[in-house]
Amino acid sequence: MQNTKSLAFFIDPSRCIGCEACVNACAECETHRGYPMIHVDYLDRSRSTATVPAVCMHCDRPTCAEVCPADAIKKTEDGVVQSSLKPRCIACSNCVLACPFGIPKMKSELEQMMKCDMCYDRTAAGKRPMCATVCPSQALAYVPVDEIVRTRREKPVNVFFFGKERVTTKVFMMAPLSVDAFDVDIADFIWEPES
Amino acid sequence: MKKTESSQAPLWRDEFAIDVATDSYVTRRQFSKFLVLTSLGMFAGNLWILVKSWFRSSPRFEPQPLGIVDELAVGDVKLFSYPTQEDPCILIRTGIDQFVAYSQKCTHLSCAVYYAKQENRLECPCHEGYFSVEDGSVLQGPPPRRLPRVVLQRDGDNLTATGVEL
Repeated sequence: MQNTKSLAFFIDPSRCIGCEACVNACAECETHRGYPMIHVDYLDRSRSTATVPAVCMHCDRPTCAEVCPADAIKKTEDGVVQSSLKPRCIACSNCVLACPFGIPKMKSELEQMMKCDMCYDRTAAGKRPMCATVCPSQALAYVPVDEIVRTRREKPVNVFFFGKERVTTKVFMMAPLSVDAFDVDIADFIWEPES
Repeated sequence: MKKTESSQAPLWRDEFAIDVATDSYVTRRQFSKFLVLTSLGMFAGNLWILVKSWFRSSPRFEPQPLGIVDELAVGDVKLFSYPTQEDPCILIRTGIDQFVAYSQKCTHLSCAVYYAKQENRLECPCHEGYFSVEDGSVLQGPPPRRLPRVVLQRDGDNLTATGVEL
């Protein structure tokens, strides 16, 4: 893990109350006025009220950028995967389909994919992302690493397995202490009960 | 064995890099600079060519005797070089008192043209470019312009080459 004093982004879905304050705070940002670049997912709406904030995980090898035919998605030196470049994006939705976390969304009215860039204008200047500043339950937290370790029961994990594909990310997901890596069983995810 | 990332990456990935640090992004300003400087270079080059053409002297052609008229029967040809040894030419007697001479280099790719007596035309065997015997103009094929014509002067029985008309 990086320097414990440095700021990092942590997501704890178990804390999410589905208030969508993060989405609205995101939309208020002047660089993409009125358009939120994140969303809140309902895990299983018919059975549960559980929600999870879907902000970009900023993969070390971003699949969205790998599949982009227009070379519109770039990763900065500090590991932040940027939203699509407006002059390049052709709105093909390849990234939307490819992202294992379901983060990019195509804005049809703008003919451009927009996704979370970790409020690059803010975080690059040492400020917290908009969503993390407003999250009332701190399901989205942008704090030093040692602080999150000290104040939470869960531990930060940034290794994911989608089948055999290993994905490491800049953003951490809070996990039970027994979990070292999230193993997403894709076949189970696709399966639906008959009734 | 697992390959390293750099050896795995194809060439196009280098050219369309995901990481900003390794991306060779051309800014609008750089591109405009390139356009302006290249145009300026082209303009200067054209200017140079123009100035050079003002001071170019017209080539001088020394008269060169080609022999006496009776050496050739009507329809016969004679090969010679004019104005230098590197410029093969072809002389044709097309009538009792009619002589024409052209450069033998086809204007397409410089193959040697020959006189086709039956068709009464000059033919290039390489790509079937045909030229008129009357004025050397292109009758068919890929040659872009007519054959250079050698100016002939007849003085009694003697023929002399005195110049080249492009």
